[in-house]
Amino acid sequence: MVQTNSSRMTLTLPSDREIEVTRVFDAPRDLVWKAYTDPAAIPQWWGPRGHTTTVDKMDVRPGGAWRYVSRDANGNEYAFRGEYREVVPPERLVATFEFEPMPGHVSVETLTLVEREGKTTLTNRSVFDSVEDRDGMMQSGMEAGLRETYDRLAEYLERLK
Amino acid sequence: MSVDRLNSTFAALADPTRRAILARLASGAASVTELAEPFEMSLPAVSKHLKVLERAGLIARGREAQWRPCRLQAGPLGVADEWLEQYRRFWEESFDRLDVYLRELQRKEEEARRSGLEGKEEKGGPDE
Repeated sequence: MVQTNSSRMTLTLPSDREIEVTRVFDAPRDLVWKAYTDPAAIPQWWGPRGHTTTVDKMDVRPGGAWRYVSRDANGNEYAFRGEYREVVPPERLVATFEFEPMPGHVSVETLTLVEREGKTTLTNRSVFDSVEDRDGMMQSGMEAGLRETYDRLAEYLERLK
Repeated sequence: MSVDRLNSTFAALADPTRRAILARLASGAASVTELAEPFEMSLPAVSKHLKVLERAGLIARGREAQWRPCRLQAGPLGVADEWLEQYRRFWEESFDRLDVYLRELQRKEEEARRSGLEGKEEKGGPDE
């Protein structure tokens, strides 16, 4: 398994279809859960630095939809969407994740929160779906190729250490 | 980057010998003989691996000397790495902000709790 640590986040590649990030927050998990599930909280933190995020839809229950729009400093907008699959407060949230400009490329995100001595360990695992059954060999081939390349790259980098 | 190119990149990286060759080249150019040394493999077998790596654009063969040194070409690896880097950055930057936000929430809760206590004290001390 490949692992990289930068600042306080750990990134691991548990398998060729998964990426996992972990970070410990100095806060009880009820609060972290709230930050993830409260529409008013999302714009406070979600998205890369310099982007502003607005919540278009956020129906936190199994089958409910979410959609966030992230806007960069130049005014370009990027929309993300998905559907909640499991909602178990305050410990587990499973939802699909799709970047709108790349429709059909869906990953499943599983958030797990574990509290110990007032600190919360947050784990987010992304599982990338197979899209072989979809039309558009170009896109699916591209994604499979990227995924594979990236997995091999990780192994390669590991060997360089 | 074309799909063909990506496919040839990952096919090239799928083999442990070729990954070892790339790892060796990461520390500098080397001849075919030097690259063959750590493996129990004939020179033609090593040359075959080098051809695969060359087709994938992962290495380049020099023409300046008789021994035609092999060099690492980082381009195709860079494209794959870029995607992972974006993923990493997305979460890292989000989590940095989440960290600040959580501290702020806790500070506000603490303030609210304190002013609640003070309010009670003014009315004649906390309940017992």
